[in-house]
Amino acid sequence: MSDVDAIVAQALAEFESAKDGVSLENVKARFLGKSGLVTDLLKQLGKLPAEQRREAGSRINDAKGRIEQALEDRRSRLREEELERKLRDESIDVTQPGRGQGRGALHPITLVRSRIEVLFRSLGFDVAEGPEIESDFYNFTALNMPENHPARSMHDTFYVEGQHHLLRTHTSPIQIHYMLRNPPPIRVLAPGRVYRSDSDATHSPMFHQVEGLWIDEHASFSDLKGVVIEFLEKFFERTDLEVRFRPSFFPFTEPSAEIDMSFGQGWLEIGGCGMVHPNVLRHGNVDVSRYQGFAFGMGIDRLAMLRYGVDDLRLFFQNDLRFLRQFA
Amino acid sequence: MKFSEHWLRTVFDPAISSEALSHVLTMAGLEVEQRDPVAPEFSGVVTGEITSVEAHPDADRLRICRVDIGTEALQVVCGAPNVRVGMRVACALVGAQLPGTAVKQAKVRGVESFGMLCSERELGLGDDHSGVLDLGSGDAALGEDLRKVLDLDDYAFTLKLTPNRGDCLSIQGLARELAALMGKAPPPRPTHVVAPRAGDQREIRLEAGSACPRYFGRVITGLDGSAPTPRWMIRRLQRSGVRPISALVDITNYVMLEMGQPLHAFDHARLQGSICVRQARAGERLQLLDNRVVELQSAHLVIADDSGPVALAGVMGGEGSAVAEHTSAVFLESAYFAPEAVAAASRGLEISSDAAHRFERGVDFELAGPAIERATALVLEICGGLPGPLSEARGALPSRAAIEFRPERVRRVLGVEIAVDQIVAMLRRLGMTVQGEAGALVVVPPSFRFDVNIEVDLIEEVARVHGYERIAPSLPQGRPPMLAVQERVTSVEALKRALADRDYFEVVTFSFVDRQLELDFASEQNPVELANPIASQLSVMRSTLIGSLVECARFNIARKQERVRIFETAACFSRGADGFKQVERLTGLCYGGAMPEQWGDGGRIVDFFDVRGDLEALLGAAHLSFEPAVHPAFHPGQTAQVFFGGRSAGWLGVLHPRWLQKYELAATAVAFELDLAMIGTTDLPVYQPLSRFPPVRRDLAIVVDESVPASVLKASILGGGAPLVNDVNLFDVYRGKGVPDGRKSLAFRVLLQDTEKTLTDAEVEAAVRKITTVLQEKHGATLRL
Repeated sequence: MSDVDAIVAQALAEFESAKDGVSLENVKARFLGKSGLVTDLLKQLGKLPAEQRREAGSRINDAKGRIEQALEDRRSRLREEELERKLRDESIDVTQPGRGQGRGALHPITLVRSRIEVLFRSLGFDVAEGPEIESDFYNFTALNMPENHPARSMHDTFYVEGQHHLLRTHTSPIQIHYMLRNPPPIRVLAPGRVYRSDSDATHSPMFHQVEGLWIDEHASFSDLKGVVIEFLEKFFERTDLEVRFRPSFFPFTEPSAEIDMSFGQGWLEIGGCGMVHPNVLRHGNVDVSRYQGFAFGMGIDRLAMLRYGVDDLRLFFQNDLRFLRQFA
Repeated sequence: MKFSEHWLRTVFDPAISSEALSHVLTMAGLEVEQRDPVAPEFSGVVTGEITSVEAHPDADRLRICRVDIGTEALQVVCGAPNVRVGMRVACALVGAQLPGTAVKQAKVRGVESFGMLCSERELGLGDDHSGVLDLGSGDAALGEDLRKVLDLDDYAFTLKLTPNRGDCLSIQGLARELAALMGKAPPPRPTHVVAPRAGDQREIRLEAGSACPRYFGRVITGLDGSAPTPRWMIRRLQRSGVRPISALVDITNYVMLEMGQPLHAFDHARLQGSICVRQARAGERLQLLDNRVVELQSAHLVIADDSGPVALAGVMGGEGSAVAEHTSAVFLESAYFAPEAVAAASRGLEISSDAAHRFERGVDFELAGPAIERATALVLEICGGLPGPLSEARGALPSRAAIEFRPERVRRVLGVEIAVDQIVAMLRRLGMTVQGEAGALVVVPPSFRFDVNIEVDLIEEVARVHGYERIAPSLPQGRPPMLAVQERVTSVEALKRALADRDYFEVVTFSFVDRQLELDFASEQNPVELANPIASQLSVMRSTLIGSLVECARFNIARKQERVRIFETAACFSRGADGFKQVERLTGLCYGGAMPEQWGDGGRIVDFFDVRGDLEALLGAAHLSFEPAVHPAFHPGQTAQVFFGGRSAGWLGVLHPRWLQKYELAATAVAFELDLAMIGTTDLPVYQPLSRFPPVRRDLAIVVDESVPASVLKASILGGGAPLVNDVNLFDVYRGKGVPDGRKSLAFRVLLQDTEKTLTDAEVEAAVRKITTVLQEKHGATLRL
């Protein structure tokens, strides 16, 4: 039965030349199908003398096994090749941009305001807001600026329909509203829009301030300095800045100070601060024989200019998308 | 306030450098805004006298001068037209460095020149270049360094004084303060007393009570009103920023700058009868020195003679009694006017003057006497004349109340330990009288301090003199309270971030807008108005942010932006029943592509549903509903009122085509405006058990009239299939072939579920039949198969 080896060799050769699954299955039928060559050999076994049948049967089965193994190998290789071809066809240019909605940005004033809020919340500060159209009383009188006080004329106030209401010129009136609603001890931050009738590269008729108020039994000027310095260091993420407290005058604080800051070249005014004036505490129903405290106010826009290197305040209010995109 | 450093040093010399002086003042609360040299650097310029002037042989315009500089006589060729024999000039020697040039020996058209005669401009002292500087008949020797002669190594300081420190608005005041800061005794105040040499006097009557409790007057006769002001005085005035006018006016200004007391000189001949200080009478008028005519009111304090008001007290004199060159007799006034009285007139009439500036801040009520004596002495010295006796009218002067001062409060308020004897010494140097025990002092502030009234005012003085820089920073003790956090309130911050994450840019626009925006976008005929707007297009407070965002979009579109997605949160203003209403709003606007320009996208323009999708992503679709509505900003068929949790929360709409055209928006724009107070707060979730039975899905395609809103159909499906209908979702909308005109086809996915058991087909079919019947009966819907 020398033809058995020939059949195996023939099958292996034909499997090898089958180029795809379909032709491979056709070749398979010719050897292993119902009338395939190997099946024929098995059918002829019965005609052999009994003593040869055993050995021939074993040889044929062995040949069948080799053919089936070869078939399986070839199948697997073809599948592999097909997958590779498919993967090749499916490859994409991953450098093309992604699809879908883009990403916008918060306004730099909001970025700075949020940052200030986060830093002060970590010190236990609450955040409060107040009305922007204020009464003369909350904006001035309650802050120790009675009528005809010279400090009033420094505020370039916008009046609203008569002389009793105005656009708040600072965030300080929020102090009074807050003290009247919340008994001490108080730690509160009051950010918001404020208005003064002034307009150039460093002044906008609308701008933003943040006010901080700390009232308890011991809060001192020394504590005020500590809190402001720590805030500025954390805000600017640097410890090499210089901060100085320069005596000044605000009717609502005493002693009062301007806060100046320097990165090494010249002083920049950052805001004002001081110990809350007893008259202001009284307007907030705070018992001045027991409590004292400090307040500070800073320009959010000013801090944003320094933080991001913006040199013209007006950019914040022009809302040029090319500017706003830089904060994404 | 401007002053000459050298002038200050003649009264009190702190023996520190000019820079150090600047630092001391600034760190004591007297902020030095500027410190400028009064003259630029130059050297080699001396005084000289022209002894001869000859014509130049070869040039018509040039002259050959001989200039005596003390040690020698120089030949100098000069082109100035004003050279004459005997003239005192500034002569730059060979080798002199002038601002911008060096002087060399030269031949000018063949004639040797050994120097240069300088004009004001060539020395950097001014703008005059019409001729050489005439030094006048100064008594300086010839050959003296000009910088010494004209005191040019001086600095002009500009202080930005806070309104509480009126006491520092003079050289004397500054010197006194500086001495206290340096730990020195105060410098003495000039104490002239002029003996009368004539009898002329004017009667003075005070009728304004506390507005003017003290008034000094003196008549000086036989003087020369045209006498020149001495150069030293002109120099000091100019370095203080005061323009010289005439000797009599200059003297009053000089004494004001020196001592802090504003004075006024009336032309004695132009006054009638007695002087009366009183409130003006309604209807009285006065022509002021600046020629303005003011209508007076009873709140204004005036100086009057028998004919009527002659000066606005403490603010400005009247034109009718002003001194002039021909004046030969003056009536000098030196008075204390109360700050409120002067402020009422200067603010009411909007007149500012150096005098009003000082009186409004408070002028020492003990100063009027010494100041009029000083002014008299200067008048006699400069203009000559015979002084009359000093007249004084006096009422009840202000008093300085004693302040109880507990030194231990210094430690508590400032957080720094300062010894009591040091505190006492500091206060005494500031002119306070201090008495009492160490634990409870009694302090009386001086007459020149109007800002020291209560204990904390004294603590501030201690802090200032001790030095803010010497108070060490500390961190407050004690545990901060744990802050309350409301779980189901979405913060404005979170809403803003969510919008930014959906490709919106936050903008910040002015709260005041053009009236037209209010009319167009809010139909607001009567917006809240500003009394004093900065510009007419910023004159009303906005009641909507939509107009501002449209303007912002227009601004960016004009700068070649094809897609604009912006939002803002801000207060909106209107009139309420009790005052002004202020509502915080969140407003957004989209213009251009629904998506950023990108491959694989048709470049679809944004529409209503894109932005509705943004709102649903922002706030949760389950909390929102939208109902057809009308709003002045929007397209009448593409406007929805937005409900959050069933409560009206704002608007969403496509901008009205009329506004697109008017505001130059080339394509459609979609905007929303929400009340921040109405959104973002939701109920705490309460767990519901999950059903163990599978839901059944049925798709219903129905055809209805265009006018039937999807939300109404959805509600009917939920109602009709109750309680089995678990969820309804619109998944397709179709118009066109197979659907009649005026009708639309909507496809809903309906999920049915029972919490108790698995639904049978029969139960599902019954529920669907019930739903279709409801849709048919209520909305005229037909099933589309």
